[in-house]
Amino acid sequence: MTIDTLRLTAEEAMRLVREGELSSAELFAAYRDAIDRHDPELHCYLHVCDDDGGEGVPLAVKDVIGTKGIPTTAGSKILEGYLPVYDATVVERAKAHGLRVLGKTNTDEFAMGSSTENSAYGPTHNPWDLSRVPGGSGGGSAAAVAAGLAPWALGSDTGGSIKQPAALCGNVGLRPTYGTVSRYGVVAFASSLDQVGPVARNVRDCALLYSILAGRDPCDTTTVDLPAPVTLPERTDLHGIRIGVPTEFTEHPAIEPGVGAAVRRAIELAEELGAEVGECSLPRSLEYGVPCYYLIAPAEASSNLARYDGVRFGYRTPNATERLDMYKRTRDEGFGDEPKRRILVGTYALSAGYYDAYYGQAQKVRTVLIREHAEAFERFDLILTPTSPTVAFELGAKTADPLAMYLNDLLTIPSCMAGLPGLNVPCGLSDGLPVGLQLIGPQFSENRLFEVGYALEQALGFDPVPERMR
Amino acid sequence: MAIDREQLLHVAHLARLELRDEELERLGAQLNDILDAVSKVSELDLSDVPATSHPLDVVNVWGADDPRPCLTVEEALANAPEREGGYFKVPPGGS
Repeated sequence: MTIDTLRLTAEEAMRLVREGELSSAELFAAYRDAIDRHDPELHCYLHVCDDDGGEGVPLAVKDVIGTKGIPTTAGSKILEGYLPVYDATVVERAKAHGLRVLGKTNTDEFAMGSSTENSAYGPTHNPWDLSRVPGGSGGGSAAAVAAGLAPWALGSDTGGSIKQPAALCGNVGLRPTYGTVSRYGVVAFASSLDQVGPVARNVRDCALLYSILAGRDPCDTTTVDLPAPVTLPERTDLHGIRIGVPTEFTEHPAIEPGVGAAVRRAIELAEELGAEVGECSLPRSLEYGVPCYYLIAPAEASSNLARYDGVRFGYRTPNATERLDMYKRTRDEGFGDEPKRRILVGTYALSAGYYDAYYGQAQKVRTVLIREHAEAFERFDLILTPTSPTVAFELGAKTADPLAMYLNDLLTIPSCMAGLPGLNVPCGLSDGLPVGLQLIGPQFSENRLFEVGYALEQALGFDPVPERMR
Repeated sequence: MAIDREQLLHVAHLARLELRDEELERLGAQLNDILDAVSKVSELDLSDVPATSHPLDVVNVWGADDPRPCLTVEEALANAPEREGGYFKVPPGGS
């Protein structure tokens, strides 16, 4: 049986393996072959696994997620050679449901970035245009799924690291409701925000993977039981669905005309499918979301990254004979610029005399964002906006200016701050590059997001295979 | 608000980061730009607004005090840069 890894859905792969029409070994070999052919130019993977004779459908895993006996670097030199001695709960769950690890995907160092250019191991290239970034931080996972180098993948999202690369690579990515997916065994960045979630080529595959991942984990006390089981979407109309479109998000000057146009067409299509579409307003979310995020996330990161001190695991400088000096040099030599910037900002924001003005104030702004979204959900079932203000940008275009890079997450950050789920659905092309829309719902509304995303996906008929690979 | 070289060195010390001269200059300038941008949160008067530390309304998750398998000493030390017997080994001195 010939396997077209660019077209085979994960759901179909699961069925073929379950019914014995395809062996696990054949399937694994097909993806390994695709990786061998295309990854030298794409660089989606930091590590590719050999077939260990195990059973199951392959799954790519973002390299911030711990995999027993398989290198896990979080895209950082400070974790080079690190071999976890246990699997993250999400990996355990995937294995228990008939999946197996295909490889570890590239990421901005410690998931800090929007382009994968902050990876200590070099950037990933966008399969739609090799001169462009795949987004980030989960650019490796998104690009691998888009290029047929994995049927699906795990990502992690703190301020947009699943949704934004999915938008730039033309695939479906879910940032789940905070607390629905375990972070046990995942490299921590900002613990009040980090979520693990699925990246897939279509909405049903995304829902299927989410159903495998989600649920309470005694090893992560921030997790909760799902109020209802995950259902795979089937409806193709949107009757009875009320969609709010926040004008600040659709008319922001940072949004490229081609992005705005593709999202407007999708909104018109939603109305044709029977949805009730109305305007809503989230002014403070847009204006204060990014500054609020870039206080809270670095503050929490500065604390989480304190563990990388050259004592228990990871890199240790060979250039120190005294302990304090060893800590400092290890961290200087092991971390790249972006983690250093965030550690410094976070340490400053938490330090005596500045805590109230920075971190404390940002936590209050967070309450304002939560309330603003809750108000919108009194009138609407979900909110629809562009995911990224731009399509994939050229490699190197924003690396010299951290603040310009931070604005890539302008539209994804606010709902993350509010702990809300968000689904990226590709909605068209602009200059030959994918455009994504994000659907934001109240906490635990994943089934609704899948339902609406699926109906839109069917009506849009977007072809997720990069034009240059068809 | 600008942070000067001395403050930057103090923050770097708190964060246990040895910054080279070149980094002090480059990261220092970027840090000031970032702090300038995030200071925007202070525009809002939020004296009556409670802080959010956690996006879900959950409190005190208790677990049963049951023994369960955990890492062995060998597993715990498997990634150690340096060890001696059953211990992590570090250079002497400092704090």
